[in-house]
Amino acid sequence: MVELSEAPFPPGHYPLVVVGSGPGALQLTYSLRRLGIEHAVISEDPAPGGMFRRWPVFQRMLSWTKPYAEYKPGMRAYERFDWNSLLADEEQNRAVMTTVMDGTSYFPSRPEMQQGLVKFAESTGLTVRYGCHWEATRLDGQEFVLETSDGEYRSPIAIFAVGIAEPWKPLVLNIDGVQEYGGLRPVETYADRRVFIAGKQNSGFEIASGLLPLARQIVLASPSRTKLSVETRTLVGVRARYVQPYEDWALAGGVVILDASIESVERTAQGYRVQTKSPSDGRTLAFEVDDVIAATGFVCPLRDLPNLGVGTFGQSRIPSQTAFWESATVPGIYFAGTIMQGSQGLRKHGLPSNSGAVQGYRYNARVLAAHLAESRFGRTLSRRRLEAKEVVPFLLDEASHGPELWHQRSYLARVVVIDPDSGITDDGIQPLADFVDSAGKDAVAVTLEANGKDDPYPAIYVRSKGAVTEHLMPPHPLLDFEGAEYQRQLSSDLQGVLDAALTTSPQ
Amino acid sequence: MDVRDDVVDILSGFSLFADLSTPERESLVDTFSEETFQVGDRVLRQGLSGSNFYVVLEGTASIMVDGVDRSMVRPGDYFGEISTLLGVPPTADIVARERLRCLVLPGADLEAFLVTHPRVMYRLLQGEARKVRTTTRWLS
Repeated sequence: MVELSEAPFPPGHYPLVVVGSGPGALQLTYSLRRLGIEHAVISEDPAPGGMFRRWPVFQRMLSWTKPYAEYKPGMRAYERFDWNSLLADEEQNRAVMTTVMDGTSYFPSRPEMQQGLVKFAESTGLTVRYGCHWEATRLDGQEFVLETSDGEYRSPIAIFAVGIAEPWKPLVLNIDGVQEYGGLRPVETYADRRVFIAGKQNSGFEIASGLLPLARQIVLASPSRTKLSVETRTLVGVRARYVQPYEDWALAGGVVILDASIESVERTAQGYRVQTKSPSDGRTLAFEVDDVIAATGFVCPLRDLPNLGVGTFGQSRIPSQTAFWESATVPGIYFAGTIMQGSQGLRKHGLPSNSGAVQGYRYNARVLAAHLAESRFGRTLSRRRLEAKEVVPFLLDEASHGPELWHQRSYLARVVVIDPDSGITDDGIQPLADFVDSAGKDAVAVTLEANGKDDPYPAIYVRSKGAVTEHLMPPHPLLDFEGAEYQRQLSSDLQGVLDAALTTSPQ
Repeated sequence: MDVRDDVVDILSGFSLFADLSTPERESLVDTFSEETFQVGDRVLRQGLSGSNFYVVLEGTASIMVDGVDRSMVRPGDYFGEISTLLGVPPTADIVARERLRCLVLPGADLEAFLVTHPRVMYRLLQGEARKVRTTTRWLS
């Protein structure tokens, strides 16, 4: 009872409740605090870190923090090279990951990632009620009631940052002994064994990479051909860190990579018999193996939220969301962290946002906090005024150096509002989908885009008299979009909307 | 990809995939991804590049040109193929009339998909032929 009474955020009424203590929740509570939004944060974990307290299973992140880059840690532009640190306004709390990594790899180890998150939470003074287990949810009038192990929390706004980290496997793999990501045995126990891995995405290749030095044979199977990130030039596909099994397969070194569905799995006296079938020619193969591992995806632990009406999609049961990460079906419920990938944005060229990873959702959290402050708490955030002549260089500087645009391509945009009456203002970073789909004042949005084959390039969206037009700029081999060619094109693209402002804005 | 396994059964009733075997339809679950849209959401945006190919699983959507409602898509229909095949922005908005559940294939992947599934390509050609015939009748 002593511990309970000393813990922050006792059960009761709050203007807003956040559930979770992984990087998504930490970034959100930090951003809300900076805006002075009163809220409670509860988490069933005993300390900060979320899934990084356990995973990745082979204990090394897939995301960079480069200690040496074009910009120094602490500068805003440096965030492009640091995918793991949370964002802070105070310089001493930025680029925290660079201060905890031992220098042996620019991919932090899992313990380093966890340490970085703990350090961020401590140095920024974040408070969370740990050990508080969210058990059920109901709606009582205008308030959500979160039933927890410590009591009831009531609030008109509930934000869930609970990850997408419950392993999921299809019925065919629902066989006693089939292992899941996170449920592997100690790695040495796979020595001299034949291992069948169902799934050819990063989690499957991570496991294969980890077992390569030990396993006698590794089979990776799923119906579709493996895509590699170096081919797609995005985070879609297997990352280079995990490509070694692919090479072992290509060089016939004891790895089989198969485009095939799994027809059946049966226990045998020695292990398992797995039957596969090619979707293209119907050819069947049988594998006698010692272990079967399901790396077939994860689901969102939403508990009873679907009973409240929270709509989901896909096998991962990710909530459908608005451009500002609010449940598309239950207003007042929002999401943070990796669940934000349910707000899919424009998905131009089929490419998803990076909202599933820290380097993407950390920016979403800051945008969400500002959106909530204005839309739900009646705040009016200050916006910088711009002179007309500043607009073109400002937008091109953002395209060249703005980390939000680099990490969240075609998803987040820098927006400048052009109002003949009140002048030109920097409207900050906004979801691009909201910009192109909502009517509003004349405005310009700049983002970076990728098409899966070329270098990234700036894209300008001009909203004039309610209609949005798209203006794509050419890529640049050095990713520098501030030269004369870009200035000329952007000036031309903006001429129409700036003309009115030029006549009223101070020069 | 992230598609629920009920899709295999739904697709068995769609003419576009009528010639595929069950394993081939199952492999689509791994090739496409899934998206849902709420009433009023824009799925395709007129004039914006980089659109994708969609197959409607559930729900309906309006085809809107310059803000005018011209037609409707239903389960089994598909859209986005013209802009994807020609590499140009869509000439219409597709706006969800009710909750809309779709399969999505990135535009850049459509050619490879059709080439490896010639019967789907044939069915898609039939669909395009019907659209041309309807347009010709309308114009005449």
